[in-house]
Amino acid sequence: MKFLKYLLVGVLFGITLAKAEVVSWYRIFEMFRFESFHMYGVIGSAVVIGIIVVQIIKRKHMNSIEGSEISFSDKAMSFPRYLIGGTIFGLGWAMTGACPGPMFILLGYGFPVFVVVVLSATMGTFVYGLIRHKLPH
Amino acid sequence: MKEFIMQPWPWYVAGPLIALTMFLLLYFGKNFGVSANLRTMCAIGGGGKFSDFFRFDWKSQIWNLVFVLGTIIGGFIAHHFMTPANPMVDISDSTVLALQELGVEHKGFLPPELFSFDALFSLRGLIMLVGGGFLVGFGTRYAGGCTSGHAISGLSDLQIPSLIAVVGFFIGGLLMTWVILPYVLAL
Repeated sequence: MKFLKYLLVGVLFGITLAKAEVVSWYRIFEMFRFESFHMYGVIGSAVVIGIIVVQIIKRKHMNSIEGSEISFSDKAMSFPRYLIGGTIFGLGWAMTGACPGPMFILLGYGFPVFVVVVLSATMGTFVYGLIRHKLPH
Repeated sequence: MKEFIMQPWPWYVAGPLIALTMFLLLYFGKNFGVSANLRTMCAIGGGGKFSDFFRFDWKSQIWNLVFVLGTIIGGFIAHHFMTPANPMVDISDSTVLALQELGVEHKGFLPPELFSFDALFSLRGLIMLVGGGFLVGFGTRYAGGCTSGHAISGLSDLQIPSLIAVVGFFIGGLLMTWVILPYVLAL
């Protein structure tokens, strides 16, 4: 039962991204061609509201349902890691039209071929785990 | 109301709901980040035998897998109960034109000739589905997060590393869309 709430939030997220067409390859293609405001509106408004939400949580020292204060940890600073890793991610995002969330949502939407995309992405993560010591971080 | 739900949702509905998703997970004491599940799946599959990167307490990540299961169900519900039959994605006219020039049909929710099991038997489909998936999985872990972890969670917490990652997402996305993809689509 304690997992039910995560399932429900997942359902909310899945419906949202599917209904706003964020999971459609067409929308990603359009976004990278700068031919519509739609995707920028989705991500931009989520971030603006997200910034406000995080500021309120921090200033009010809000507790989670587990009783401890909600904490945020700073990400370690680096340039190559985020820039190179991010660029590789972007290459794949524009090809499949799906980042990790949408890959799974599309499976449920009725595109079983995304099993192959998910497995390939898992393999990509696996190979990263094997060779990460050789990569600039 | 029903009419509104059945239509594609505008950005000003989706954006706040994504922020709500992030808030709810924070409130539950967790962090919003989908790509971590790929690492968890490697760990469950025995990846720890090959790299210490996959030796961690993956049981602490089960909640995230349950979240992902929810997103699959959400996709199913959205399609079967909240969308009219044969949805078309209403992209801009100039995008439709660009697709025509590249020989990609504008039909349905995803280009049918690119996202089917049949597509896997063409070089083009294989590169886009297997190659694309691999790059997403490799890049996201290298960068330490994906669109949810960096673009939403990280930027919301004003993390500079996340901003660098998002710049990277766009460098890669623009390079693919404008330079590489036309060649791949021509295969």
